[in-house]
Amino acid sequence: MTSPTTMQNSQVQNTQKKYSPLKEFWKSFKKQKAALVASIFIVLLIVVAFIGPYIAPYDPFEPNYDALLEGPSASHLAGTDEYGRDIFSRLIVGAKISLMVSFSAVFLGLILGTILGLISGYFGGWIDKIIMRSCDVLFSFPDLLLAIAIVALLGPGINNVIIAVMIFSVPSFARLVRGATLNAKENVYVEAAQSMGASHVRVLWKHIFPETISELIIFVTMRIGTAILAASGLSFLGLGASPEMPEWGVMLSSGRDYLGTSSHVVIMPGIAIFLTVLAFNLIGDGLRDVLDPKIKNN
Amino acid sequence: MPNSILKVENLKKSFQIAGGLFQKKQYVNAVIDVSFEIEEGTTFSLVGESGCGKSTTGRLITRLIAPTNGSIIVDGKEVATAKQSELKHLRQTVQMIFQDPYASLNPRMKVKELIGEPLEIHTKLSKAEREKLVLEMLEVVGLNAEHADRYAHEFSGGQRQRLGIARALITKPKLIIADEPVSALDVSIQSQILNLLKQLQQEYKISYLFISHDLSVVEHISHYIGVMYLGSIVEIGRKETIFNEPKHPYTKALIASVPIADPTLRKKKIVLTGDIPNPKNPPSGCTFHTRCPFASDICKQAIPEMKKINEEQSVACHFVN
Repeated sequence: MTSPTTMQNSQVQNTQKKYSPLKEFWKSFKKQKAALVASIFIVLLIVVAFIGPYIAPYDPFEPNYDALLEGPSASHLAGTDEYGRDIFSRLIVGAKISLMVSFSAVFLGLILGTILGLISGYFGGWIDKIIMRSCDVLFSFPDLLLAIAIVALLGPGINNVIIAVMIFSVPSFARLVRGATLNAKENVYVEAAQSMGASHVRVLWKHIFPETISELIIFVTMRIGTAILAASGLSFLGLGASPEMPEWGVMLSSGRDYLGTSSHVVIMPGIAIFLTVLAFNLIGDGLRDVLDPKIKNN
Repeated sequence: MPNSILKVENLKKSFQIAGGLFQKKQYVNAVIDVSFEIEEGTTFSLVGESGCGKSTTGRLITRLIAPTNGSIIVDGKEVATAKQSELKHLRQTVQMIFQDPYASLNPRMKVKELIGEPLEIHTKLSKAEREKLVLEMLEVVGLNAEHADRYAHEFSGGQRQRLGIARALITKPKLIIADEPVSALDVSIQSQILNLLKQLQQEYKISYLFISHDLSVVEHISHYIGVMYLGSIVEIGRKETIFNEPKHPYTKALIASVPIADPTLRKKKIVLTGDIPNPKNPPSGCTFHTRCPFASDICKQAIPEMKKINEEQSVACHFVN
């Protein structure tokens, strides 16, 4: 019995050296060219959001009445707006607001939705029914309409936009996590953990939650794109950031009067929103190809 | 019996299979009436065809599911009616080994976390102390310390089952419920695992409730055997008497179905025809009468009682006295 065991041991050793989940992930993610480019864009955007105020060529709040509605040029890369403020500087500084709003809204929605989804899927019964029916109620409103209603209720402002976007994210996260939980719950090792006396919290956190992570990562990236759109939409409608803020949606909104004469005032923030949302969606698609077990098996 | 570690009496479990707010509720009886006792340091096997309720019985005893009726006394404490929060004693005294060594180990956890998990739950040992015990336990089950940092999928089926045994053993339980622990393994590995289980029993004085459909495996490991059919035990006794002098026609048929290598030893066999009846709609009287070659009118009408025919054997059949 000793010799076969030692032989198996050496085999095990060989495979162990090669195996690393992160390396495996990187190997297949590298092949997703579009997602790779999109991730580089997003990383740059995040860096810009952090150091924005220091690298912006002009003060984003300082009006310049000598340079009103100037088109893109060497001195103003993206032109100037109706007060002569440099649009490029405003976009750079605004990146921080857009990213902060969408990240925090999605992150809060993720936490709340995951907790509700885990509880719902794991315990089942009437708890499940209550949580899922409440989610259905929220689902029955179109996303933006729900957000408008929430902001109308809470009053305009960036923080309330975060709350609104969070609330309409919660049911999607809850439903996703519930589904993954129902699957994970069937694993024998979950029953094994229960039989050895693990608490519900322990079973959920150690054995079920890890099974939902790959789906969550994909969904979070997709959801950030949606959140940026929704936050810009709310600001455009005057329900979000205040008018002097360099938020992308606000810039769209205040520039729309000049659409006929100086279209760059609207096009530039439009491009910023478009590229950012596109990048997040491309990353989400790439991650899905790499992480989704249903696709991976094929 | 001296020091019984587990005493099960009139255990019953029915599952709701249909019905709700406006529908009539329908139930299926997975376990109808099961009573047995396990002595300290012995192995009791539950055998029967698939769907006869033997796994459900195991899950009832670990209270993974709550029994509908009956009593389960583990190490002197009643657990059948206890609330989940009161089961700490049970969770330490009884551990489980599962059929599928691939599915029962979390693929995301390292061996030292897997095997150390029961300690993390039940003791206040530090991480270093837990790891020390895990390494000791790996040696006990025939693996070695260098395996501790690997993941379960890096092991073969037999090795994984050793991990499952190590995990069950680490809290020093008095009773281990082994639900078909070798049926997913190659025959050559089966005997290794069975011998390991036997050796551990002698070393640690553990009792086993061994659930299996494979009689040759059961013969190898058991001291006592209970034969289950459609949720009830039909015959119960010492291994030797069950194998040498089976009384219930179902036991006879099961034992006759074990292949014998020597064709000259072939005896007249009872060969069962037909399938197990649907437990949703069990036959009247003796549930075995639909397949029993000796069935008569009384079998269709009256449920046979469990009769003790000698010190070592009890049978539930109208024709055994």
